[in-house]
Amino acid sequence: MATLKELAAKDELFSGGHRLCSGCGIPPIVRLLLRSAGSPVVATSATGCLEVGTSIYPYTAWRIPWIHSAFENAAATISGIESAYRAFKKKGRIPADKEIKFLALGGDGGTYDIGFQALSGALERGHNFLYVCYDNGAYMNTGIQRSSATPLGSATTTSPAGAKRPGKQEWRKDLTRVVVAHNIPYAAQASPHNWRDLEGKARKAFNVAGPAFMNIISPCPLGWYSKPEDSINAARLAVDTCYWPLYEVENGILRVTYRPKEKKPIADWFKIQGRFKHLFKPENSHLLDETQKRIDAEWQRLLDMDGKAVF
Amino acid sequence: MKKEKEGERDVPPGGVIREAGSAHGYSTGGWRKLRPVVDSEKCTNCLICWVMCPDSAVVVKDGKMIGFDLEHCKGCGICAAECPDKVKAIKMEEEG
Repeated sequence: MATLKELAAKDELFSGGHRLCSGCGIPPIVRLLLRSAGSPVVATSATGCLEVGTSIYPYTAWRIPWIHSAFENAAATISGIESAYRAFKKKGRIPADKEIKFLALGGDGGTYDIGFQALSGALERGHNFLYVCYDNGAYMNTGIQRSSATPLGSATTTSPAGAKRPGKQEWRKDLTRVVVAHNIPYAAQASPHNWRDLEGKARKAFNVAGPAFMNIISPCPLGWYSKPEDSINAARLAVDTCYWPLYEVENGILRVTYRPKEKKPIADWFKIQGRFKHLFKPENSHLLDETQKRIDAEWQRLLDMDGKAVF
Repeated sequence: MKKEKEGERDVPPGGVIREAGSAHGYSTGGWRKLRPVVDSEKCTNCLICWVMCPDSAVVVKDGKMIGFDLEHCKGCGICAAECPDKVKAIKMEEEG
């Protein structure tokens, strides 16, 4: 396990001066990812906060080769780059012993929704790459529209909380599970507050032969209506309430990598975010109860599967 | 070569940005309302602030936290919030 001192001694490949919001959860994730690769990295980002915020012409925050993808095709772009690398190696244009890692990054909109078919295809074709979804639970870059990652009851600009409907009416898609169903060698959920867990998983993910996927919760002060300084704590609470369990599936075996000492009620996570404010009104308490029940069941399901084969 | 139209900027094909990390030359320090200040007597150099900083603005040299890059710090306050409870070496102060 790397220590923070060791990680800090490595080059900073993601510069300051990007235009992501104050208190954004994405950069700490990216900074750790780039340090855990152990080899040079080539990356692409789907359209989204990360892509827009880091590449406003003529500025780039990236100190690695990085290419902008459209919303739907980050996984296809990285497939092409990885294929070119293999072809160049075969032809001797890249030395046979030169190792390069490939990273695709997308938000939940670019991954759960718009980029899903490209991701599914790339996973099935078995390209050697890591796809990371930074899940902030809505289309934050375009103005907080609901996505299939948005939690039940969350207020967004397209699922506003009003008298008729108290926020989003549907449960979120469990994308990590969907990805696991592709039978890839490595898939995991992580959170930026637990840097050790995230870094270890990223190292594994970069080093497996074949596709790897990480779904990482990324607090968003803008869309969660939370305080910028609370971002990391918001990620911590998402994990301690078991809304966002930390686990991995390595070669088909599921492992829960973190069990909260004391599992907190989901209300603890909800109450620091304005997007759930309306759920604390008496008439909406059923949504809070429903969420709690479903989270408890999901957590129990994971605990039951801990150490076992997923299929 | 296509003749450049009047007013067309000299943009490389594909909109390539040739200087890696050029955003470092862009100042986001003006976004800040609160400024982080570290008490180096209290700081234990655990580097939690460094790893959690969204703006790569905590400066570490030889394993020691030596201060902040105020050209890029947006004043989010994550460093002060995440500084361990027993240490609390970082305070956010009003920008003057």
